[in-house]
Amino acid sequence: MDKFVRLEGLVAPLDRANVDTDAIIPKQFLKSIKRSGFGPNLFDEWRYMDVGQPGQDCSQRPKNPNFVLNAARYQGAQILLTRQNFGCGSSREHAPWALLDYGFRVVIAESFADIFFNNCFKNGILPIVLPAAELDALFAQVEATHGYRLTVDLAQQVVVRPDGKALPFVVDAFRKECLLNGWDDIGLTLRHADKIKAFEEKRRVEQPWLFA
Amino acid sequence: MLQTLYDKLWQNHVVHEEADGTALLYIDRHLVHEVTSPQAFEGLKLAGRKPWRVSSVVATADHNTPTDHWERGIEDPVSRQQVETLDANIRAVGALAYFPFKDPRQGIVHVVGPENGATLPGMTVVCGDSHTSTHGAFGCMAHGIGTSEVEHVLATQCLLQKKSKTMLLRVEGRLGKGVTAKDIALAIIGRIGTAGGTGYAIEFAGSAIRGLSMEGRMTLCNMAIEAGARLGFIAVDDTTIDYVKGRPFAPTGAAWDAAVAYWRTLHSDEGAQFDAVVDVRAEDIKPQVTWGTSPEMVVAVDATVPDPARETDPVKREGMERALQYMGLAPNTPIKDIKVDKIFIGSCTNSRIEDLRAAAAVVKGRRVAGNVKLALVVPGSGLVKQQAEREGLDKVFLAAGFEWREPGCSMCLAMNADRLEPGERCASTSNRNFEGRQGAGGRTHLLSPEMAAAAAIAGHFADVREIL
Repeated sequence: MDKFVRLEGLVAPLDRANVDTDAIIPKQFLKSIKRSGFGPNLFDEWRYMDVGQPGQDCSQRPKNPNFVLNAARYQGAQILLTRQNFGCGSSREHAPWALLDYGFRVVIAESFADIFFNNCFKNGILPIVLPAAELDALFAQVEATHGYRLTVDLAQQVVVRPDGKALPFVVDAFRKECLLNGWDDIGLTLRHADKIKAFEEKRRVEQPWLFA
Repeated sequence: MLQTLYDKLWQNHVVHEEADGTALLYIDRHLVHEVTSPQAFEGLKLAGRKPWRVSSVVATADHNTPTDHWERGIEDPVSRQQVETLDANIRAVGALAYFPFKDPRQGIVHVVGPENGATLPGMTVVCGDSHTSTHGAFGCMAHGIGTSEVEHVLATQCLLQKKSKTMLLRVEGRLGKGVTAKDIALAIIGRIGTAGGTGYAIEFAGSAIRGLSMEGRMTLCNMAIEAGARLGFIAVDDTTIDYVKGRPFAPTGAAWDAAVAYWRTLHSDEGAQFDAVVDVRAEDIKPQVTWGTSPEMVVAVDATVPDPARETDPVKREGMERALQYMGLAPNTPIKDIKVDKIFIGSCTNSRIEDLRAAAAVVKGRRVAGNVKLALVVPGSGLVKQQAEREGLDKVFLAAGFEWREPGCSMCLAMNADRLEPGERCASTSNRNFEGRQGAGGRTHLLSPEMAAAAAIAGHFADVREIL
């Protein structure tokens, strides 16, 4: 996993609540057995006028001119600004894979669905929760300012606006460490392999029916 | 100290805890299917790691499998490759049980686990699928996980998890005629919203919950994730234990007695404290139908489509307007006036034998309405299908004009050939009515099997209470 320390990047607004994982990456693309290549199909049904198929060259497909990510001013965005309950629905990790492959490293929302939130951290994406009032202000600024950029500093746990205002955010200490260092969860957990073995052996004795 | 069921389950599985409360939970059962596992197996291989305990793995192919013409195999090459990848991975590493495509016990992973006794009370169950909450019906701590976590569990037998807050969702009273576990689930989501349970582990309790069969409890816990809760569960009682007894992977003899003694402790202590409590009266719940593109957009069958003009929150109002436009509905339309094009009875929410019996009871001796283009019944597993055929339910459905299919996830998410065409409207017993869920441009209305059957016969939504 790539580490995440600090990012200064272009912001794209997706002013909707309850953006679900079916919208982030529709089911036909879940048939892939790879982790990469989902970016061209991120928000597929909103982004294109036709129905997308796996393995297609998306550069030739008709784009929906009304979908915000298709606007010239948001090309190259790395920070997605959205509303409540982003990523609700299925556990498909293809959703963060698609966001990452497209180029997003940060998603800022009023709230996230649990599984999606968790999946982000496993892929070097930083999901940030900010209060509604701060989001309202950010949406207004993005709308009003071409080339609107934010600085996200994970070590300091702040989002810094162009006017210098710093918006603090909360992140679990363990997740923060993993992201700052780009640590692989499995490697970390296997440091406790002896503890897991001991736990398992005790369990085998106490609840043998679980090991039949 | 008084403990909730969640406290007990948590305590029983913590291997290690970090300073910030992040814990390693030991995983008893790992359910695996073809969509969310290939990258995990690949990751394991690339890192040169071996699975920790393959006897915890139960696998099946369900999302991509076709529901008709099995003699032709899987015709979509991309789907076929995914299913063959699962075959190869399980062949390479092994499993406690594997029910591949066409196996008599193949089916939807959340149907297959419980019916084979692979889901036992008090277990930690994981699966790379959000509807893993289903197994909470057995007093399990059942997490839906992403693919990185699938790999993590394969490699370490543990899940990294922080403890959730607890919510007690109490449903007291008696359900009315024609009101089901699905209606409880939808009514709850309508009340607390799709993010209402975010960050919570929900314990469903109360006399109406105790009165549900195991299959009803699975339907309810299945939908916990649609309320935002990663975990939903119900205390163990006689209903739980009676269901588990005698199933292929259930313990026997002395091990059974020891297991039952432990399982009897799997309930919240009287007076244990929850972070939130929600009370619902069973008598207030009517048969539900969703009208929008989120499960929280739901009303009773005798209501009308809500009017965004009456919504004061601008984000919500815009969401409602967008949903109505997508669904092709006008505000204030009576739900019963909405015509349907397709019917889908199936999915991990509602494809078990009791669901099929209930739908068949409504259908029996009647015909699917002329305006309905397709009415599908997709049993949850090969075993459910066999049982239904022994009872003659297939004949009831076929005589009424339904199609009787092979098991799988099917039109719940349309990864196989079963799907809606743009603009088609479906009465569906599945769990999500998101845009495009059942096919690009398709319009999904969620309801119970009884209500789906009633809609098939009427050609529009109908109140099953007036038919029964």
